[in-house]
Amino acid sequence: MIEVKNLTKSYGNKQAVNDISFTVNQGEILGFLGPNGAGKSTTMNILTGYISSTSGTAKIDGHDILDEPQEAKKHIGYLPEHPPLYLDMTVQEYLEFVYQLKKARQPMKAHIDDICRRVKITNVQKRIIKNLSKGYRQRVGLAQALIGNPEVLILDEPTVGLDPKQIIEIRNLIKTLGERHTIILSSHILPEVQAVCDRVIVINKGKIVADDTAENLSRSLTDDFRYIARIEGPEEEVEKLLNGISGLKEVQPLGQKEPGVYEFSLEADPGSDIRRDLFKRLTERNYPLLGLKTTELTLEDIFLQLTQDSSSDKSKDGGNQ
Amino acid sequence: MLAILKREMSNYFTSPIGYIFLAVFYFFSGMFFTSVLAANTTDITYVFSSLFTVLVFIIPLLTMRSMSEEKKQKTDQLLLTAPISLGSLVLGKFLAAFLMYCIAVSVTVVYALILAAFATPEWMVVIGNILGALLLGAALIAIGVFISSLTENQLIAAVGSFAVMMFILMIDGFASLISNTFIASIVSTLSFMTRYNNFVTGILNISDLLFFLSFAVVFIYLTVRVLEKRRWG
Repeated sequence: MIEVKNLTKSYGNKQAVNDISFTVNQGEILGFLGPNGAGKSTTMNILTGYISSTSGTAKIDGHDILDEPQEAKKHIGYLPEHPPLYLDMTVQEYLEFVYQLKKARQPMKAHIDDICRRVKITNVQKRIIKNLSKGYRQRVGLAQALIGNPEVLILDEPTVGLDPKQIIEIRNLIKTLGERHTIILSSHILPEVQAVCDRVIVINKGKIVADDTAENLSRSLTDDFRYIARIEGPEEEVEKLLNGISGLKEVQPLGQKEPGVYEFSLEADPGSDIRRDLFKRLTERNYPLLGLKTTELTLEDIFLQLTQDSSSDKSKDGGNQ
Repeated sequence: MLAILKREMSNYFTSPIGYIFLAVFYFFSGMFFTSVLAANTTDITYVFSSLFTVLVFIIPLLTMRSMSEEKKQKTDQLLLTAPISLGSLVLGKFLAAFLMYCIAVSVTVVYALILAAFATPEWMVVIGNILGALLLGAALIAIGVFISSLTENQLIAAVGSFAVMMFILMIDGFASLISNTFIASIVSTLSFMTRYNNFVTGILNISDLLFFLSFAVVFIYLTVRVLEKRRWG
């Protein structure tokens, strides 16, 4: 459905997108994961024909976005990073305008009403967009993308600015949309991408770092090796004890959290599970373990991990010498 | 194109801009017409000959937002990713401003009818005048839309358009300052005023007609090129 080949976009010397290639099959929900400035929006802007690539091609349903822009754009619904709303219009007027702009064929009133119901903006349909909250504006933006029922939906950070309840609603909506549409969505939140997408492309500094199913990716990423332990006992002795555990790379005291109770950040060597050993040693000395939790991976950790993975394979041989 | 035309029109009338434009136009043209009435003549040309100066001030009002505001509000992302050509986008914008202008100019028909109640005016001259005003407006609007596409600040667009149109208004004066006769003749060929005055005095030259039309076409085309170029930036 979407075919991207060797896409590059450079602004002067800076390469915003660097030789990206991927394909998205019909009915697939693809997640674009990356920190701000990774090139997510640039890629999406190229796919939708808003800007042109420096080199490389992007095809939507077989139509090249540069050679047959109108044909390709017909198949796309796009929600940019900032929803492109005319603040002086009411929601209804705006959606009617988009309907005419896209030359949609569905019966207008029913189509717009149906979309408003799906993104839950029926109650604000007659209000002026200027007076809507960020969350509602975001949903009007999503409604706009859905008009004309395009096969491909490109959503740039669709849940930004929504409250947690709305986020879950929109995620569920995207999932149901995924049954009939091919979707690319971008996010810098890992759990969001995991919750919604079939496949994830991790992008950093304009390059694809990983391209895998959400399951595989999360499996490799939740290979936890960082913990926060809360232990009751004299700080220095506990630290000494912890340092004696094999497979533990680094112990960092985080200070006293309750009277006589200290927290430590533990980093284990990848692949070694220290939890049982930790428990055994602490009970031997009668230092109660009050809490042990894995620290959630931040996006930075993921990139570190993904980039380390390739380098650590090489360094393994060297490390054993 | 129709969708854009419709939106622009409703935008003119939901914001004060459309009303201010019409009010200023009606006020000045009405003032000129009063003096025509006071002079006891059916010669309406005075209204039109004075019109150019007014247009220089109010056409930028119509065109300043047309492209700049889209860029600023990021709504250009909607327009440029919609399945429409850049040409029809720009044409929609141009036609909306032109339609507003037509609404303004249509008041001169009323003036002519008022005159006709007293004595028969020279209809062909009146029609020629209106045609001239429409053509002049089309050319100026195209220039305004083009300037608006160069910036995302509507104030800059307005002042820029005003400056350019002021220059166009006074181009004859500049031409007379140039001592080199060859260059002076080139500059004076570009004179909007001379061409417009031909219409006002009742002369219909095909070359004048084409002059204004080609100005409009060229600047609409240039606006399309500006949008095109921005994508490659």
